[in-house]
Amino acid sequence: RPDVIQPGYEPGTVVTDAVPQTTAPLGSPSEAEVEETLKRIQTHKGVIGTIVVNAEGIPIRTTLDNSTTVQYAGLLHQLTMKARSTVRDIDPQNDLTFLRIRSKKHEIMVAPDKEYLLIVIQNPSE
Amino acid sequence: GRPQHSKMYCHPNDIFPLTLTSATQELFGCRCDEDVTGDNPYKILRKEDIVQDMRMRAAVSDFSPVKQLVLDYPEDELLLVYDRDFIYGSSFYLVLTADAKERHLKPVVALGVEVALECEPLEVFAAQKTSEPQPWISLGSEQEIEEESVTDSRPRYRISRVRREFGAPIFFSDRNAMETKDGFLECTPYQDKNFSLKQMERHTGVQTIPNLKSSSTQTQWTYPRSMCTQYEPREFSEEEKENCLQSEHLKNLVNSVASRFEIAIQQNEIMDVFFDDWKALSEEDSGYGRKADPHLKEYQSFTDLHFSKEKTISNINWHPTINGVIAVAVTERLSFEDRINGSTKLLLNPSLILFWSFSDPINPQLLLECPDDVFSFEFCPSDPNIIVGGCMNGQVLTPSLSLFLSISLLTEKPTCGVVDIYSFSLFHSDKVSRMGVPMENRNGICVQIVTCAPDCCVMFWDIRAPRVLQTMADQRKQKVEEKPLENPHGVPNTFKHLDLTWKPLIRVQHISYCKTQLQLVLSTTFCPQDGELVYTDWKLEKDNDSGRLFSAKPSHRFIIHDGQVNTVRRSPFFKDIILTVGGWTFAIWKEGVMNGPIIQSSCSQKKCTVGYWSQSRPAVFFIGKEDGNIDVWDLLEKTHEPSQTQNITATQITCIKPWIVSSKQHLLAVSDHLGTLHILEIPWTLRSPSSNEKLSMSKYFEKEVDRLVYFEKRREMRAKEKKDSEAEELRKKMVRYSI
Repeated sequence: RPDVIQPGYEPGTVVTDAVPQTTAPLGSPSEAEVEETLKRIQTHKGVIGTIVVNAEGIPIRTTLDNSTTVQYAGLLHQLTMKARSTVRDIDPQNDLTFLRIRSKKHEIMVAPDKEYLLIVIQNPSE
Repeated sequence: GRPQHSKMYCHPNDIFPLTLTSATQELFGCRCDEDVTGDNPYKILRKEDIVQDMRMRAAVSDFSPVKQLVLDYPEDELLLVYDRDFIYGSSFYLVLTADAKERHLKPVVALGVEVALECEPLEVFAAQKTSEPQPWISLGSEQEIEEESVTDSRPRYRISRVRREFGAPIFFSDRNAMETKDGFLECTPYQDKNFSLKQMERHTGVQTIPNLKSSSTQTQWTYPRSMCTQYEPREFSEEEKENCLQSEHLKNLVNSVASRFEIAIQQNEIMDVFFDDWKALSEEDSGYGRKADPHLKEYQSFTDLHFSKEKTISNINWHPTINGVIAVAVTERLSFEDRINGSTKLLLNPSLILFWSFSDPINPQLLLECPDDVFSFEFCPSDPNIIVGGCMNGQVLTPSLSLFLSISLLTEKPTCGVVDIYSFSLFHSDKVSRMGVPMENRNGICVQIVTCAPDCCVMFWDIRAPRVLQTMADQRKQKVEEKPLENPHGVPNTFKHLDLTWKPLIRVQHISYCKTQLQLVLSTTFCPQDGELVYTDWKLEKDNDSGRLFSAKPSHRFIIHDGQVNTVRRSPFFKDIILTVGGWTFAIWKEGVMNGPIIQSSCSQKKCTVGYWSQSRPAVFFIGKEDGNIDVWDLLEKTHEPSQTQNITATQITCIKPWIVSSKQHLLAVSDHLGTLHILEIPWTLRSPSSNEKLSMSKYFEKEVDRLVYFEKRREMRAKEKKDSEAEELRKKMVRYSI
């Protein structure tokens, strides 16, 4: 932004952004950010695991072991479909944004999307 | 066709049609178309032949119809004519009179046969018309007339009466027929044999057919339905996953929902909204009523006068699967010199492992005879029928109990026997003092055991094959002549380093393990005899020079206890908390904190002989003493002294093992030096944890760790300060001198 004059610089110089740019265009998130976000969620206190599932229930990325992941992915995918259809049946203009299942031992949080599903399992009372 | 009528009315009286069977034809030489033909139909038969034939064959003879006629025949020879055309209805006819015979033969000679045969009936009639009256020859017709005429067959009966009774009424009276003999004539019925014919022969036709049976059944299969399905989840390959992860959509999604997640997670961290305070409050309340009796109650006590007299118990183990069975190893109460002196006597006394069952407090259920005193034994966790025991003389035994245990628990008297002992040869030069708990491999099957002995070896055994592969070789320098056994992993002994650093004999007394993986990655702690604790990691490293695997140096060494360390135990609730008991003190360690023990007790009055964590409460553990006391320590209640002390027996306590039978019953097995096994019941206060006991304990341990770290830091700081101050003083001195 050449119009803004930074303090300490001579007027007329062009100041460019000091942050190194990635190849992705400005404004859209890079993969490193995605990783960072997921890691941040995972390292919260009590979080047991994070799973990213695609629209058909096939796990894409997980921090748990394979059999548990597959089980969670399959079951929660179906439940999310059901929950979403419930919400939309009541009011077609509405849509499911977030699903939290609280059980005795854990809390399972699901963020649904058209193509993906994000699942986080947390143990709240540790 | 043949003239059928000829039999009926054209048959003159002087011939008789006959049918001759082929047998008769052969006999008399008048076979059809052979001996007699159409051209030459005449055959002369002798009367005697015919009569003889009739006699021989009686009713069967073909000549029987003409029997009387033949017999009456005046001449000796009869004429048999072959009736080829069946004029008279049969194939032959017999000429019955001599005249007829002449007539037959002569016209043949004169005219010709056919003409004679065809004209014969007419000729016969013509001959009869023109002939003169001749005396009547009876041919049997008068019999018929006689038959038809009516004559008296019997004389007529005349019944007469006197004249005066003519016309008078007649009076009949009855008379019994039986009164007089012959009063009546009876015609009794009888079975006429003529009418009961027994059929001796019968011609019937028989046809065999296969036995056919047709039946049908119908199963009701309303609709086809698969009974079971086998499936496996769909998965993505790595590159597909990468593709998905790279997609824009996912990135946008993650960034947009991340905040939602964080809000939710933080909510849970701040407070658990579903936590029921009311219910949690009630848990502690119920404790008040039962606080009256916190003591360990004696439940049962086992001692055998025969087998455990004069002996001490070296190790106790509860049977992993069978409830109420506990195994005890009894050994002689002798020191090493006494043992050598009295070795001959010891040979007569068998060394035993006794199995006690709660159902029978007097007699042990099973006795396992061992070649020598067993100091330590363990049940195999995956297969409780296998026991591994380490003996006095260095042998390691695995008797298999499968057959015995099921049978003997039902019998009254103890059965003594040894089943399938696989005894390994002497690998330890000295007594096997402690057995390792058989470690599991990935399948959950225990295939490895670890033994340690005072000869500073630790050995890993693979008990899968009947032949034992030793994975660690003996390393003691003076026993070099013992040939090193096959070493598939090529693992040398960890103690190589120790042996070089310390000259005096290092005796390994106890080992405790954490969960191991198949590649022998495990970290262990050892405690040698003189109170030292050694911490090392079993992970194998590769030596670049020789290419062989070796284990790393022991990483740490501590001298804490002032006597022989007899217990090193991990807490069942915290994987990195270890309790060590030795000398007059005990200490609690945390793995990873290498500065020292996080908790160390003060010296007690009597030596501590054994210690064990409680199975149900994270803050409780039991210490056994030299004087037969058991100290129950509850770290949440008091940390400077035991929360309670109870005297169990008069002599030293040798082993403590708790066991959870059910949620209402927790038992503690305590053995003493006299060979008695006491089973105590743990009271409610000592067995039921409070609601956040584990949390409190972990917080407490963390606090202690922080304290240690803080003190370490302070020490360093002080040292640094001291160094600085010394340097400062030196500098000042230097300055002073230089001035």
